[in-house]
Amino acid sequence: MTAMIQPAEIGTADAPAAASIAALITDAPVPHPTLLKTFAAMMAREFRVLGRNAPSTFIRAVVQPLLFVFVFAYVFPKIGSGFTLGAGRTGAGSASTNFATILVPGLMASQLLMQGIFGVTMPLVSEFSWQRTIEDRALAPVPIRVLAVQKIIAGAVQSFIGACIVLPIVLLVHAAGQAPHVHVTNWFLFALILVAAATVTSALGMLLGTLMDPRKMQVMFAVILLPATMLGCVYYPWSALHSIRWLQILVLINPMVYMSEGLRAVLTPSVGHMPLWAVLLALVGGTLVFGYLGVRSFRNRVIN
Amino acid sequence: MTTATAQDRETPPPPARPTAIRTQDLRKTYKSSRGDVEAVRGIDLDIPNGEFFGLLGPNGAGKSTTIGMLTTLVRPTGGRAWVAGHDVTREPVEVKRRIGVVTQNNTLDLQLTVAENLQFRSRFFGLPARIAAKRADQLIDAFGLGDRRNAMADQLSGGQARRLLIARALVHKPDVLFLDEPTAGLDPQTRVNLWDILTVLHEQGQTILLTTHYMEEAEALCDRVAVVDHGKVLAAGTLGELKDDVGAVTVVTVRFEQPVPGGLAERAGLLARPGVTKAETDGDQLRVFSADPEGLLGDMITAGTAAGLHVRDATQLKPSLETVFLTLTGREYRE
Repeated sequence: MTAMIQPAEIGTADAPAAASIAALITDAPVPHPTLLKTFAAMMAREFRVLGRNAPSTFIRAVVQPLLFVFVFAYVFPKIGSGFTLGAGRTGAGSASTNFATILVPGLMASQLLMQGIFGVTMPLVSEFSWQRTIEDRALAPVPIRVLAVQKIIAGAVQSFIGACIVLPIVLLVHAAGQAPHVHVTNWFLFALILVAAATVTSALGMLLGTLMDPRKMQVMFAVILLPATMLGCVYYPWSALHSIRWLQILVLINPMVYMSEGLRAVLTPSVGHMPLWAVLLALVGGTLVFGYLGVRSFRNRVIN
Repeated sequence: MTTATAQDRETPPPPARPTAIRTQDLRKTYKSSRGDVEAVRGIDLDIPNGEFFGLLGPNGAGKSTTIGMLTTLVRPTGGRAWVAGHDVTREPVEVKRRIGVVTQNNTLDLQLTVAENLQFRSRFFGLPARIAAKRADQLIDAFGLGDRRNAMADQLSGGQARRLLIARALVHKPDVLFLDEPTAGLDPQTRVNLWDILTVLHEQGQTILLTTHYMEEAEALCDRVAVVDHGKVLAAGTLGELKDDVGAVTVVTVRFEQPVPGGLAERAGLLARPGVTKAETDGDQLRVFSADPEGLLGDMITAGTAAGLHVRDATQLKPSLETVFLTLTGREYRE
């Protein structure tokens, strides 16, 4: 039998809605926001998003370094075109350094930069675009600079995870006899360099994301990301540049150099590398400078 | 000490009128290379708790900039403003704790689902995860978003997104709810639906500041209205006050095929009619403001015909916000 709608039912159809709307005011939990709770909730939000995008983040993190080590540490040695750096130039050992050894710290550093850009700059650019979804978090009950610092920390964590994903790939993929010579003597220093490098890329990502015009994203890849990587001592140690002195000095403005060289110092110390104090000074100094400028620029973008 | 207390008892201070929003000569000038733009040019507001207040004006009048300053996301360049008892420039965090904001654009977190948008906003405001989840469910049910709870925020229709934006602004039971053009771009059904929601909220004592460029929206919802144009308040008050202050006039406009010669209204004796407050010609239009419009339209047509003009069409506006706006600005309301 077909149910008939009674007039009384029509009349009361909206009543529960009105009552439940009213209850939103009368029956509301009382919030007690603190800086710490809000900060923790914002981090939780980042990890929820990161978890949801995990498959695509993982693929993005893996493909480039995997192809690199496959071609340079497996294919090239097999077809007899392996790169080596002559002994005496690069290290104390008499044996020449294979390319896989050069690539391990280099590709990790390159990965850190990529994650910093993809994890911080790109989301920021979209949050500042015409819908300004950034206003969602800007209205949370904390100062805007706390939101900016939170984004830098979340980005650093993402960079750190990205670098850790790359490590086994660059260690394990190589032709027979082409294993990289990795020798970590100080795990604390290794972790410290990794954290410092992750933080500096995230701070740089924030600065770029707040300064970048969304329409010029392609230009950023051409004028920032590509030169930073190619001239960032990813594919050669800094000491090997001594025969091109002007370039060796010029690349010192590139933060990538210190990331690559720092990781080289702690992962593959047999290859000639920059002194650790110089690396740490540059990474910590870079974090402070990019962080300060990034937070300031972020604040100016959020508050008109 | 005792005397003071006794005195206090005898002459109690006037009850402090709790103010939700107060502004003093609030200003905003945007600097740009092509010259400065004065978006807001000295606005004074005094909105008590529990009031439903409307800022009414055409697009570009300075409404959104005003809301931006009151919600701490636009820095004033002059004057001061207090929301829920706190200065918007000196104590922005205290202000943000106490306000809910529905922005004109869709600022939902598009990386999250409907439920997560509400849960995380609740947690930003310090609710523990478990209570945040309960609050989110309560909001989802009240706003009829039950079948969309696990949808990503970018998959919502315009009306659903707007409902979620309002729900999200309410998670922490704000003292003041700001709504910037909440029904712009929505279909009439959804709009009325939202009006019902806002009316219920207001009945529960929620203080609301709404901006709109729809006359009928302000008429349907607001206790008091400020008519804003070019960054200034032209008039403010209840609808009744506005109509009384500005003159409860009917506006009759006749449009002719030809341009109306200047001084036609005076020559035809229209200005001398009882109740007429103003008459103006504007291109091919003759417009007369009158508190007593009986027979006015006929007289205007007669006057035009006598001057050799041919009538194209005519409109008669009863006293309303629209006639208030016409009287204040001498311009037709541009939406």
